[in-house]
Amino acid sequence: MFKTLSRRHFLAGSTAAAGALGLGSRAAFAADPLKVGFVYVGPIGDFGWTHGHDVGRKAVEKEFGDKVETTYVESVPEADSERVIRQLAAAGNKLIFTTSFGYMNPTIKVAKQFPDVKFEHATGFKTAPNVSAYNARFYEGRAVIGTIAGHLTETGKFGYIASFPIPEVVMGTNAFILAARKVRPDAEISVVWVNSWFDPGKEADAAKVLIDQGCDVITQHTDSAAPIQTAGARGVWCFGQASDMSSFAPEHHATAILDVWAPYYIARTAAVLDGTWQTTNVWQGMKEGMVEMSPYNERLPAEVVEAAETVRKGILDGSHHAFTGPINDQTGKERVPAGVTMTDEALLTMDWYVEGVTA
Amino acid sequence: MSHNPGAAGNRLVVYSVFNPASWKIEPRREIPQGLLYATPLLAVVLTVVAGFFIFLSMGYNPFLALYHFFVSPLLTLYGLSELLVKAGPLIMIGVGLAVGFRANVWNIGAEGQLTLGAITGGVIALAFWNEETWWTLPLMCLCAVGGGAAYAAIPAFLRTRFNVNEILTSLMLTYVATLFLSTLVYGPLKDPMGFNFPQSRMFGDAALLPILLEGTRLHLGGVVALMIAVAVWVLMTFTIVGFQVRVLGQAPAAARYAGFSGRRIVWFCLLLSGGLAGLAGTFEVAGPIGQLVPVISPGYGFTAIIVAFLGRLHPLGIILSGLVMALSYIGGENAQVQVGLPQAVTGVFQGLLLFFLLASDFLVRYRVRRNPAALRHAPQAQPAE
Repeated sequence: MFKTLSRRHFLAGSTAAAGALGLGSRAAFAADPLKVGFVYVGPIGDFGWTHGHDVGRKAVEKEFGDKVETTYVESVPEADSERVIRQLAAAGNKLIFTTSFGYMNPTIKVAKQFPDVKFEHATGFKTAPNVSAYNARFYEGRAVIGTIAGHLTETGKFGYIASFPIPEVVMGTNAFILAARKVRPDAEISVVWVNSWFDPGKEADAAKVLIDQGCDVITQHTDSAAPIQTAGARGVWCFGQASDMSSFAPEHHATAILDVWAPYYIARTAAVLDGTWQTTNVWQGMKEGMVEMSPYNERLPAEVVEAAETVRKGILDGSHHAFTGPINDQTGKERVPAGVTMTDEALLTMDWYVEGVTA
Repeated sequence: MSHNPGAAGNRLVVYSVFNPASWKIEPRREIPQGLLYATPLLAVVLTVVAGFFIFLSMGYNPFLALYHFFVSPLLTLYGLSELLVKAGPLIMIGVGLAVGFRANVWNIGAEGQLTLGAITGGVIALAFWNEETWWTLPLMCLCAVGGGAAYAAIPAFLRTRFNVNEILTSLMLTYVATLFLSTLVYGPLKDPMGFNFPQSRMFGDAALLPILLEGTRLHLGGVVALMIAVAVWVLMTFTIVGFQVRVLGQAPAAARYAGFSGRRIVWFCLLLSGGLAGLAGTFEVAGPIGQLVPVISPGYGFTAIIVAFLGRLHPLGIILSGLVMALSYIGGENAQVQVGLPQAVTGVFQGLLLFFLLASDFLVRYRVRRNPAALRHAPQAQPAE
């Protein structure tokens, strides 16, 4: 796979350079594939977030074959991303996916200078005539793993390794503990902030500390598989993030929340190819297939799997929502009355923790 | 020592070539001046040759990869402007650090001073948000220098008062600065219209550095960085302070004998490098970024240490090394975009460049000789055959 990929890049690059050098401009016009660029915040080998996006990129290549040509740039620092996004646009990419929140303002800036290039920004809130925003309802997956965690725990203490306290992460933490407390009302969750999306060393350290403090289920909102490895070695249940991480702890990886970008990436690429691309701002979940659960661990008791499936099916048919009241905040004050479901807007700006969270 | 030059003797000699003890490294008495300036060029040539074979062995077209690494970023005006945007903070911080390194004052925490400077400058920009005044930007710069210098004053105080190693204190304060910035952008400085995301408002136009070339990101900071490098060169070459710094670094005892105050030099070096790093921080937020975000620098403060040494701690050399370092980043990204080189390969390539630069630098200053002592002992160490 890698080899064919690199050869394709090599061919593409050589025609481009030949054109630039004026050696032979005919080759550049021979085929005119749509160039699609991807900007990644981590390495494609992170086995998590960026890996998930790269699976989507490969799906685009597979779907459209010679009609597209994809390029990616990995481990791009958010504060320094404007140049990379611009480089991709200047190199002739007509559709560019920028896959981290911090790329939002740089994407908007570059988009102004390249009105004929379409941009797709993940997990932000700004759009423009040629910039769409897309995001996944990761919290739906959190509700499923929270349910499993509530069944599995003995100590009633969970460890949560988190990146940055942005609404997406706060929402995920809350969804997890709300679901867990439906099973185990006295459950509590301790959050450790590592202030990074990808830092295997810090993530592993955080997992160790949490386990030492008596947490017997570890979950994470960071992108590496290091916490899984630590949890597996210590014999503690854990959940994969963004990609199936079961190979890092085959005995203790209960399930993973999968980010499935491929259908969206294929649909957006098709829209550019047939000229129907329009600015959108989507937030898709399990129903649309953007969030899925990886296969449950065989060691999970049947009734736990059944409880998890009940929640998952409830989300799929719309009968279950992770944020239906009554919901109290950390201080015990009621924020959402019984029977009321929080609006998307309230979720997307969430900056308070529910009961049971220590953060 | 009267062994026959027979078969056994030959084998011993061959063996001893691979024995580390039979070699020794000694400083050259006279450093060939021509070589001193030729080594950077030599290093680039060696890197290109090594890179050629690495790219070839991985199945990439080596000519194309090298072209996109070194040449194509320099072919457009936009590419050149980006080079200066990236090199600006490296040069500005690098020249400040180099002054200290010459006097054996090791400020490793420029990254933290940069962050503090970005905060103090950014706070001014946000405090006068949407008020169009001509003095916003000058005040931001002033506060940036003050913020960075004040942050570097902590290691300076600890070093001069309690003799605490400034390498440790300045380095550790870097992490404190980053967390302080996080606290601010998650709290009081958060954009009220920003959906609760950890970013400040976008700065108003009065708080943004003027763009020098329409359509590029080249801002005033790039040119200021070059001017600062020249100014520091003048300072180091023609002033008493510069002389004191150099003497203190090369001959501390002589400096004491001459009555130079070591403490004052420590303060001077740390405040200067801290202030310049702080200014670089505000130039980043008032330039390419345009707001306060949780992470401001992709490691400029640390990379500048390498830049300072590559430039032989000479301000004008640092301009060159800053540009080379910036090119290695931009070229690396360019090669990813154009040829599909994985990021790891571009990282290896940057590492090679540094390796060859430092290795050739070493070989100019030192030479490796056969160790006569080891040769003499070698036959005795072997059992007689």
